[in-house]
Amino acid sequence: MARSSTGAWDTFRRGIKASPELKTGLAATLVMGVAAAIGRLSIPIALQRVIDTGFSSNADGSTSVDMARVVTLALLAGAAVLVSTSIAATAQRRLVRSAESAIKGLRTRAFDHVHRLSLADHVDTSSGTFLARVTSDVEAIARFVQHGLFAWTVGPPIIVGVLTVSAFYSWQLTIVVILTLAPTVPLLRWVQRRQFVAYAELRNAVANLLGEANELITGAATIRAYGVADRVDGRVRGAALRRYRAGLVRNRYNAAVYGVGDLFGSVSIAAVFAVGVWQRESLGLTSGALVAILFLVTILNTPIGELAESTDETQEAIAGWGKVLELLDMEVDVTEPDPGQHLARGPLSVDVEGVSFSYRTGGLVLDEVSLHIDAGANVAIVGQTGSGKTTLAKLMCRLADPTAGVIRLGGVALPQVASASRLASVRMVPQDGFLFATTLRENIRMGRPGASEADIAQAVAQLDMQDWVASLPAGLDTEVGSRGSNLSVGERQLAALIRAALADPGLLILDEATSAVDPATDQALTNAIGRLSQGRTVVSIAHRLATAEAADVVVVCDQGRIVEVGNHDELVNAGGVYGQLHAAWIGNTRNREEARDA
Amino acid sequence: MSDTSFTSAARLVRSLIRPHLKPFSVAVFGSLLYAGGTVAGTIILGRAVDDVVLPVFDEGASLADTSMATWAILIVVVAIVRVAGVGARRYFAGMTAEQVSLRFRRDLSNSYVRLPMEFHRERHPGDLLAHIDADTEKVTEVLHPLPFALAALFMVIFAAMSVVVVDLQLALIGFVVFPILIGMNRLYSKRVEVAATAQQHAVGQVTSVAHESFDGALVVKLLGRESHESQRFEHEAEILRTHRARVGDLRALFESGLDALPSLGIVGVMIAGGWRVNAGAITVGELVQVAALFSALGFPVRVFGYFLENVAPSFAGRRRLATVLDVAFPAPRANLKVPDGPLNLSVRGLTVRYGDQTVLSDVDLDVAGGEVVALVGATGSGKSTLVDAIAGLIEPSDGDITLSGVSRRDLDPPDVADAVSFAFQEAFLFADSVQDNVALGRDGIGANEVNAALSMAQAATFVAQLPDGSSTVVGERGLSLSGGQRQRVALARALAGSPRLVVLDDATSAVDARIERRILDALHSSPEAPGMLVVAHRLSTIKLADRVVFIKDGRVVDTGPHDELLTNPDYLALATAYEQAEDQ
Repeated sequence: MARSSTGAWDTFRRGIKASPELKTGLAATLVMGVAAAIGRLSIPIALQRVIDTGFSSNADGSTSVDMARVVTLALLAGAAVLVSTSIAATAQRRLVRSAESAIKGLRTRAFDHVHRLSLADHVDTSSGTFLARVTSDVEAIARFVQHGLFAWTVGPPIIVGVLTVSAFYSWQLTIVVILTLAPTVPLLRWVQRRQFVAYAELRNAVANLLGEANELITGAATIRAYGVADRVDGRVRGAALRRYRAGLVRNRYNAAVYGVGDLFGSVSIAAVFAVGVWQRESLGLTSGALVAILFLVTILNTPIGELAESTDETQEAIAGWGKVLELLDMEVDVTEPDPGQHLARGPLSVDVEGVSFSYRTGGLVLDEVSLHIDAGANVAIVGQTGSGKTTLAKLMCRLADPTAGVIRLGGVALPQVASASRLASVRMVPQDGFLFATTLRENIRMGRPGASEADIAQAVAQLDMQDWVASLPAGLDTEVGSRGSNLSVGERQLAALIRAALADPGLLILDEATSAVDPATDQALTNAIGRLSQGRTVVSIAHRLATAEAADVVVVCDQGRIVEVGNHDELVNAGGVYGQLHAAWIGNTRNREEARDA
Repeated sequence: MSDTSFTSAARLVRSLIRPHLKPFSVAVFGSLLYAGGTVAGTIILGRAVDDVVLPVFDEGASLADTSMATWAILIVVVAIVRVAGVGARRYFAGMTAEQVSLRFRRDLSNSYVRLPMEFHRERHPGDLLAHIDADTEKVTEVLHPLPFALAALFMVIFAAMSVVVVDLQLALIGFVVFPILIGMNRLYSKRVEVAATAQQHAVGQVTSVAHESFDGALVVKLLGRESHESQRFEHEAEILRTHRARVGDLRALFESGLDALPSLGIVGVMIAGGWRVNAGAITVGELVQVAALFSALGFPVRVFGYFLENVAPSFAGRRRLATVLDVAFPAPRANLKVPDGPLNLSVRGLTVRYGDQTVLSDVDLDVAGGEVVALVGATGSGKSTLVDAIAGLIEPSDGDITLSGVSRRDLDPPDVADAVSFAFQEAFLFADSVQDNVALGRDGIGANEVNAALSMAQAATFVAQLPDGSSTVVGERGLSLSGGQRQRVALARALAGSPRLVVLDDATSAVDARIERRILDALHSSPEAPGMLVVAHRLSTIKLADRVVFIKDGRVVDTGPHDELLTNPDYLALATAYEQAEDQ
């Protein structure tokens, strides 16, 4: 636990630094804790004063009461409760508001950071992990703010306050209280450790259950076609049972954690009662003071129980916080120049000079690659999966920076190009035509900020896509659905091509789709690509023979190097790597990757 | 808000716990121990003050005359009972909730796996997963505070009785304070429920914006839309922050009030109690007892509030589960065996309608034993629907499908699965070894049969090169295979176990044409060559078939050998398009 608690402290320190919003909440936290403590302590104190100074025993066993005194003391206590409660409530509001601002700040900073990271980091880390950072990890902190935070802000001042006030009545009895309550600390820590393990198993069991259930749902057709319902159902039932058992183990510790404080609190009350009565003279104790201490010890139960209850929430929050901070610590390796140079409009030449690249987690993907492409040339890059051809294309759009070497567009090194100019002049049409869940029109408009309706219409016309647009249910106003799922793969690429046409880039990079496209859409794509290619430098990551055949220059990548450069006929006759690829291609028109396996 | 009315809450709770009365009863018993122990604790404190503290301190009584040790021991004994009660309540309430969850999860799994395929087509996978996880949790969350809430009711009754026994006038303060406390609690629960629902919705919005944005990270970068995405996310995060702050305000206001109220009650007890002590109606110890009771009752009353807070979400969760659990299973059929010998598939007058859209109309199709039939048609012509109907994944609106003369719906489903196997374009692999993915635990399919099937599907070579050979775990959470490799493993699955009819729905679309040819040749030349129905896009595959069934707009328009069908201009156009695609 020592290790994890210093880890927690470290996270806390770094966290405060990363969230300046929290500083304004710090004072509120203190005020709130102290005010709440005063509110709770005023009652036992008043009770002591009432018993000791308001009541006096008469000789006949009856009690006479100084009513004026009792009423004054009671009203004073009442006033203290009201005032401290309203201060505590106000401070709590301030605290929560600053914590919520901090959470929002942390969340948006983490989100922005994810988009600032280069594509290399996006390859290394799954988008699901990034999503968890800005959602579930931040939510763990938010849950803590709504519940556990109060245990931590109010609990310690109450405990300190109770011990201080009771020490004022009798320091000896206070030591009795501390000694009798002391075993709760190691006990709760022990339970906590077990609880931590139990929660980890519970999380695994939940993940396992979801995994098995997911198979049952996504494999629904296969399961029915093969009549294997019992087998798959059995696995989900097994996973549900594991989840059930993990839940019971967690329950065991949850049940234990709450009783500990109450049990030792009562031992403490019994001890204070016995010692107080027995040693009243040597302690110089009054009956009111003894009753007050007994009440004070009762008050301790609540904060101890609440702190014990909030431990797992606290652990989750610290873990979540740590993960978000780790994300914010990831270095942004593509930094934009300010102001940067502007690229000339029109076709751009490309010079790749000694470029190497590797992902953080993997080996060399590109190994000292050099290549010159004339402005206005039509170049096809071919090679097997893993040959580095896609990475080379991505470096040309500066989705990441090379680990060594430089790429120049129109003679200007890419890191010196102003981002606005790069975005306008270099456009890549990715293989997976991702579209945002809005209308086709808005998706196309994203191609150039501020594009007018006329610009969009012109881009559609330029690629001769009017018929296709008209064939959609609502034309340009068709909702494309999440990821563009209302459109086919081929149609999504058509949309991406129109979007690229709107930008009118000097360098166009095309990543051909590998998945099957129906013949009609395929024809439309070929047509649109032909029109879009006019008057610019085009680099295609080619998956089909026709593209390579039509290119001015074919660049062959193999294992991170450029092994052959030339036109189609030359390379086929040379009989090298391209010759082999071509041979495989001829009998293989639909999937190229398979050539390796044959 | 009729959902949160007391009777409907009681009905919901009763339906949840009825099969799990044992642990629930123990939890309630534990709660009673706790309630009794808490009230007893305050009485003991009061009596100890009266019998020991005041006589010894203020009246000069000797310690030996008092029962100090007894009271001290009683305090601890009662605490042990109370703590045992808390432990039992928390453990068994949790157990009840876990048992209810387990039951729901198993029922859901049963429905997911055994309801007709149409059930899955109508639902989002994400929703189905949420039912098994978050929704089930929401339903059972109400069971955690329930035993304590019941105990809180008893506790208030015990407490009221104990105060009434002490002094009726003093009890009146309680009768003022506690109803206010309960009323405030109700008000708070209702207000916070509205705000919390809005907050939950806002969390969903934040998640979906982040999901889309990260999913499309490449496009965001390519288009330089980082700052736009940032604004979009900030907007949702701000809405969420506003809702959270609102919940925080409510909490600050009500929780402080709920905390302060018992204390103010004690102030009243001090004043009224002083007056009653003066009148000789109660003792000082009794005053202490009532004061202690007020501070002990604050929390249980709050728990009653937690229970009420959970009722509405529990109802909502239960309603979501009902969308699955209330779906009736189709009535059992005749469960006949598929007749032995060569299998003849026959489709007669098959019509499939979705709403007012007719996808297949009056389709006839035959595949005789050992015959190879290609199903050809443009995208959207109804080929896949036809295959799905043959696989029993779609219930036809009209017409019949027979296997060797017996209607498919009268046949035992596992027996059909043994006789006819299917492979689809989307090759689904379980997160399992290649071996298990092919065998699927079917009887009579051992390692030898799996290897033979992998060879026939031209998958043996690449499987042998996997890290653990055919024991390598593949699929969602295992090693990822290329599209063509996945299809070949799924194909091996279809070929294993010597099916009498194999139906391939574009199942080799990602497989190299030459490999596809080899697969089909191997299949065709095997000793007991099964009949085949192949949905094909490649001319080379189509030419292999004995017969082609050409389907257009949901109707069979022509059938015969490929060469003969070329006289049909529509078929010729389609065949030409395929040919061009292959030439590229």
